[in-house]
Amino acid sequence: MASKHLLEIRNLVTTFRSDNREFNAIEGVSMHVDRGEIVGIVGESGSGKSVTMLSSLQLIASPGRVAGGEVYLEGVKDNLLSYGSDSEEMRQIRGGRISMIFQEPMTSLNPVLTVGYQIQENILLHKKVTPEEAKRRTIEAMKMVNIPDAETRYDYYPQQFSGGMRQRIMIAMAMAPGPDILIADEATTALDVTTQAQLLEMIRDIAKKTNTAVIMVTHNLGLVARYAERIYVMYGGHIMETSDCVEVFHNTKHPYTRALLRAIPRLDDPKDRVLIPIDGLPPVPSQRPPYCPFYERCEYRCDACKANTDYSLKQVGENHWSSCILTQQQLDEGAEALLHKNYGESPVRPQLDDYCLKVSNVRKYFPVYKGLLRKKVGEVKAIEDIAFDLKQGETLGVVGESGCGKTTLARCIMRMYEPDEGTIIFGGRDIAHLKDKELKPVRPKISMIFQDPFSSLDPRQSAESIVGESLLIHKLVNGRTEYENRVDELLRKVGMDPAMKDRVAHEFSGGQRQRIGIARALSSNPDLIICDEPISALDVSIQAQIINLLEKIQAETGISYIFIAHDLAVVKHISDRILVMYLGRVMEIAECDELYEHPLHPYTQALLSAIPVADPLVEAQREAVPIQGEVPSILKRPSGCPFHNRCPRATERCSQEVPALHTVKGSHQVACHLV
Amino acid sequence: MARYIAQRLGQTLLVLLIVSFLTYMLVDFLPGDPIAAMTGGEISGETYERLYKEMNMDKPVLVRYALWLKGALTGDLGTSQSYHRRVVDIISERVPVTIYFSLLAFVISVPLGILFGIISAVRRGSAADTAVTLTANVCCCLPQFWLGILFMYVFAMKLGWLPSSGFVWPHEDLLLSIRQTIMPLLCLAIGGIASITRQTRSSMLEVIRQDYIRTARSKGLRSKAVIYVHALKNALLPVITLMGLRLGGLIGGSVFVENVFVIPGMGSLLVNAITSVDIPLIQGCVLLIAVFSCVVNLITDIVYVYVDPRIKVA
Repeated sequence: MASKHLLEIRNLVTTFRSDNREFNAIEGVSMHVDRGEIVGIVGESGSGKSVTMLSSLQLIASPGRVAGGEVYLEGVKDNLLSYGSDSEEMRQIRGGRISMIFQEPMTSLNPVLTVGYQIQENILLHKKVTPEEAKRRTIEAMKMVNIPDAETRYDYYPQQFSGGMRQRIMIAMAMAPGPDILIADEATTALDVTTQAQLLEMIRDIAKKTNTAVIMVTHNLGLVARYAERIYVMYGGHIMETSDCVEVFHNTKHPYTRALLRAIPRLDDPKDRVLIPIDGLPPVPSQRPPYCPFYERCEYRCDACKANTDYSLKQVGENHWSSCILTQQQLDEGAEALLHKNYGESPVRPQLDDYCLKVSNVRKYFPVYKGLLRKKVGEVKAIEDIAFDLKQGETLGVVGESGCGKTTLARCIMRMYEPDEGTIIFGGRDIAHLKDKELKPVRPKISMIFQDPFSSLDPRQSAESIVGESLLIHKLVNGRTEYENRVDELLRKVGMDPAMKDRVAHEFSGGQRQRIGIARALSSNPDLIICDEPISALDVSIQAQIINLLEKIQAETGISYIFIAHDLAVVKHISDRILVMYLGRVMEIAECDELYEHPLHPYTQALLSAIPVADPLVEAQREAVPIQGEVPSILKRPSGCPFHNRCPRATERCSQEVPALHTVKGSHQVACHLV
Repeated sequence: MARYIAQRLGQTLLVLLIVSFLTYMLVDFLPGDPIAAMTGGEISGETYERLYKEMNMDKPVLVRYALWLKGALTGDLGTSQSYHRRVVDIISERVPVTIYFSLLAFVISVPLGILFGIISAVRRGSAADTAVTLTANVCCCLPQFWLGILFMYVFAMKLGWLPSSGFVWPHEDLLLSIRQTIMPLLCLAIGGIASITRQTRSSMLEVIRQDYIRTARSKGLRSKAVIYVHALKNALLPVITLMGLRLGGLIGGSVFVENVFVIPGMGSLLVNAITSVDIPLIQGCVLLIAVFSCVVNLITDIVYVYVDPRIKVA
């Protein structure tokens, strides 16, 4: 039976194999898309959002297979799944009528074929045109996605473009044959926030102009709030809730969606908002219960939920469906009860007036060598003129896009690098140029939490030795018993059961590994912890747990944090003050609320505007500050103010003179000639 | 591009210079008196004096080397003591035979290896894959001389289908030449086919998992087009390295096969030269093999630049 929608998916089931057992990655997913609309599919990793899309295009790689369901496309009589994966019919639809953009722009284009070839191949496959016409259309498509100098770039290889540019090429490739539907599978997740905003604006504009439907697959609730018109929320291989964008955010029905919205930090949060994490972990697909997959973590759960195995979507309002079996009354009562439930206050941190760290004038250049004799041919000016201070018990957020020098700064403070110039006063002494031996007593006092909990733990070491190692190195314990006790105490402090201390890294989930990473950082009783993107590799529902843990530890120990991240909402939530970096220089430093309410630097303004807020009503009212171009390579830093060539307000002076960081009011400092 | 080639050529020349120096120093590395070693020691004092002068042994080592190098560059590698002929003449007789076998083995093993590799990678886990992988693994570790003796025993002695040894050029006697070529060629080619199959299979499997292959499939390309246009070019990059190594190693590898099948090529020449301590001849052979390996490496590097646009030519 054909469908009245442009694309309709009915009861799609896809199975994978693991340990010789088949399990369903998605179980009976139904959804539809109409012409010209933007649909968002949100969910955490493993929720089945990508699998749904790949299954409907029959792109699931063996040993996975589509085990059931129907897919109908307007103008095609048959169920698409009745065609073979490699059949003529399916291939014409795939890429021709439904095209797809993937997450990793760096690896999604073939490195040995020119981008021109890869785009025109798509046109030749689906349109009956001559090669000359295909080339003309390719260049047109490249111009459409704002690739400068498209005629020359036609013969370039993917690696000659930046990540953002490659994703533009992916978009050009996907849009070139004039598809009816564009699937963007986490298409901008790997990109910087300003690039992400540019690309999504562009996709929206092109889609509206050509009446193409867009399916946005993402884990980012902010993005769907800003761009999607209709939303599907997925969890554990099922659709939990679907409705119009505003409905989902403001008349939220399903307990999972409700929990998700309470767990994520938002740019417009008040300072003392408590994030309410979702307890536990998402179910492993192979061990999903027959009842609601969210049951174990749900705060509204009742015995009826466990007895019920039919959790298909039920209409709960006009255009609003939810899989939850609870009645509106039960949900209201549950919400009422949750309101009075005490999640604890936002931890109060002791603010001290003593300085923990004072950084001034720090500069680090890296030499560039070339040729057989490794001759020095230039310098990468990683960071310059960095100056800030940090009080005891304070959290300083450091934000900036890739290549801005955040990590170099962190390593200079850690003294993994020796800065070329400047002073770093820590614990009353300048550590910037200390020798390795002199640094020894300083080392335990500064520790670090890393971004990737999967690769930053030694896979062969047990949790105990990871956490206990620095106790031994720095001789912080006397004897075996004290060591054991201290390790147990550290693990308990980060919310882990000491009984698990003999396990190795891969036996833990991502969130647990990051807890071990935190325990390791705490083991030497540091005064300062540098957190380098500590939560960006974690799922949304886990992030809140880690943020809350970090805040709790700070309240208990009065530790100082430097919190490096590109997610400004998270930084805003956890920090007292924020430092904005761009191409190795400090652009602005201010108190958190001050920075968000009165950003002074044009770069800060653009950065804030690029971050979507997970609330469609707020999004509709926000003023967009457009930003031009991409972050230039650190090797080609513009003269004068590094931001001047992307700044809408740049003047002659900006391109000649580097603006100095000056105090505007109170502790608000900015480096801009115009302020 | 031209600059890159010039740079690589310069590096190759440098390597050759070093190799030629070491080759020349063979004379000094030999235990005992080189002249006594060469001649077997049964010569009069007069002859010794003459040879001593002839070989410039009275001059410092660098001067001797320079004189030898000058000779080598002008095509004079000295005179073989065991053949009593100019080294250059002997080698130029022998080289074509070895090149003939090496190139034939190369030309056979590359396409077959790639083909088997693709088949087993694309049908991973099938019976065909198991058969190909198993055979390739076994063939990879068969020593050439053992294979040669086995072939000889089966096809020449037991079955009597092929002549056990000897060599004539195809233009001299086509039928005999083909019959004589089959066994040594198989010995030389089997290892190559096996290792290229294994390399192609593993790099193909690696490439098939890549994101850009998914992209290509999402465009609606035929499976064949995905494999031959998008995957193969990427998968062949490591195979090219291997091909260079194989070709460079074929001349050295000819030592075993040529001796087993009594083929008058470089391999058997080198063995004769070593057993009779014919120093000028050893030097000539080693130098030639070194030049050949260097040239093959140079070609591999240049081919790489053409095939892989990621190698930035600066």
